[in-house]
Amino acid sequence: MIPAPEISETKPAEKYFISKKTDVFFNDIYKVYKFIALFFKEAFSAPFEFKEIINQCYEVGYKSLALVSLTGFITGIVFTKQSRPSLANFGASSWLPSLISIAIIRALAPLVTALIAAGKVGSNMGAELGSMKVTEQIDAMEVSATNPFKFLVVTRITAITIMLPILVLYTGFIGMMGAYLNIHQNEQTSLIAFFKSAFGTISFLDIFSSIFKATCYGFTIGVAGCYQGYNAQNGTQGVGRAANSAVVLAMFMIFVEEMVIVQFVNAIR
Amino acid sequence: MDTTSPDIDTKQLVISIKDLKKSFGKLKVLDGVNIDIEKGENIAVLGRSGSGKSVLIKIISGLLKPDSGLVKVLGEEVDTISAKALQELRLKIGFSFQNSALYDSMSVRGNLEFPLVRNRRNLTRKEVNNAIESVLNDVGLLQTINQMPSELSGGQRKRIGIARTLILQPEIMLYDEPTSGLDPITCIELNNLIVKVQQQYNTSSIIITHDLTCAKTVANRVTMLVEGKLLTPGSFDEVFASQDANVKTFYDYNFINNT
Repeated sequence: MIPAPEISETKPAEKYFISKKTDVFFNDIYKVYKFIALFFKEAFSAPFEFKEIINQCYEVGYKSLALVSLTGFITGIVFTKQSRPSLANFGASSWLPSLISIAIIRALAPLVTALIAAGKVGSNMGAELGSMKVTEQIDAMEVSATNPFKFLVVTRITAITIMLPILVLYTGFIGMMGAYLNIHQNEQTSLIAFFKSAFGTISFLDIFSSIFKATCYGFTIGVAGCYQGYNAQNGTQGVGRAANSAVVLAMFMIFVEEMVIVQFVNAIR
Repeated sequence: MDTTSPDIDTKQLVISIKDLKKSFGKLKVLDGVNIDIEKGENIAVLGRSGSGKSVLIKIISGLLKPDSGLVKVLGEEVDTISAKALQELRLKIGFSFQNSALYDSMSVRGNLEFPLVRNRRNLTRKEVNNAIESVLNDVGLLQTINQMPSELSGGQRKRIGIARTLILQPEIMLYDEPTSGLDPITCIELNNLIVKVQQQYNTSSIIITHDLTCAKTVANRVTMLVEGKLLTPGSFDEVFASQDANVKTFYDYNFINNT
């Protein structure tokens, strides 16, 4: 006799539009979209948190100066040292200032500064807001009739969006100074000759696109850090995950934006 | 069971909850909660961990939305009023969190100043300082004014948390586990503070607790959250005269096993 098949109690299968991971991915994108929409709504409605924005500008801008200065300076020196042999092979060492300025202003300064800001500021935002979330400090703010989104999120995103372009210009200048030191040491070029050569090849579009990129990167870092922190869950583990995700998401988005903006700028150049 | 307390001189309802339901996914946390709280009374809500006590006060303060039911606080339906009206209503509600939820980046003065200067923008510096010192005096911690939250003990943090809510002179206080994790002497101090707040600030309070001594000391009425529903509120003795197994177990553990 054939034994009857065993009927096991199974949970009803959960239904997804595509698959669980894909649905979660698109759901997350929708949540980020809502988060950004809320940012714009709160950012342009009174009362404005000017004092806290200035405080955050100091936190994200001034406190990043030392790190940005060091990395900008080293980037300038290293890029110059690495580029010299290739140009020397063609007898084109005199083009070094032009090459350096194009590389630094168009790409290196925005990218290096944004990556440093993503690591330093983005992770800080993720961890700080995450910690406030899991210890109910955000709830405490809400029940004391303060809008925590406006006070914590809008101010941080605004501050990094304002400060990153300034930091990028500063990094560009420091990077150029690093490059000048190296060139002066090897080719005995004067500062005036160096800057004449360097800026001879730089157009308004290069500087504008660099500032535009920095603004986009700053906004991205702010949104990634604040979104991850503001939505942190599961105690201290969640705080760590928020800080980590903020950096990973911001860096990924910075490279995607770099690629898109470069294509766009090259098309109109 | 008589649900009124002799200590209460008025019958004005400050909180009225009818058939409140709240679920998280498939988990039913509140399943038809009904309760009325009168002006000036303290009511203790007891219940097991995870029974939904904190969810109840988070709904009252508008931090969580109910699935269904009516929640009226000072005559306003918290889940349907506008964001602006909710913000104004919250000025009249003080919420003392289980872990105090003090802002770690600010000193005690900063913690107290933050809600005050943001909601009473016309106050002078002197008035702000006076208000901070007065409320710290009331909770007996004036000496900690310049300390950071990390430098305070658990009991001090709770009292500063209460002071932070009192600075806005709320009409309703919601205490989430005010005595949890504290030594018996600090518990007594906190219980006395809750009673003092009720008398001095004329507040109506909901005290969420596991601590029967706290409930007996501070509450005019006591109730218990069992399987998503509140038992009929009454005096401490009335409620614990019940033969309900949940109530008996709760009482026995606190007063028999600990003796």
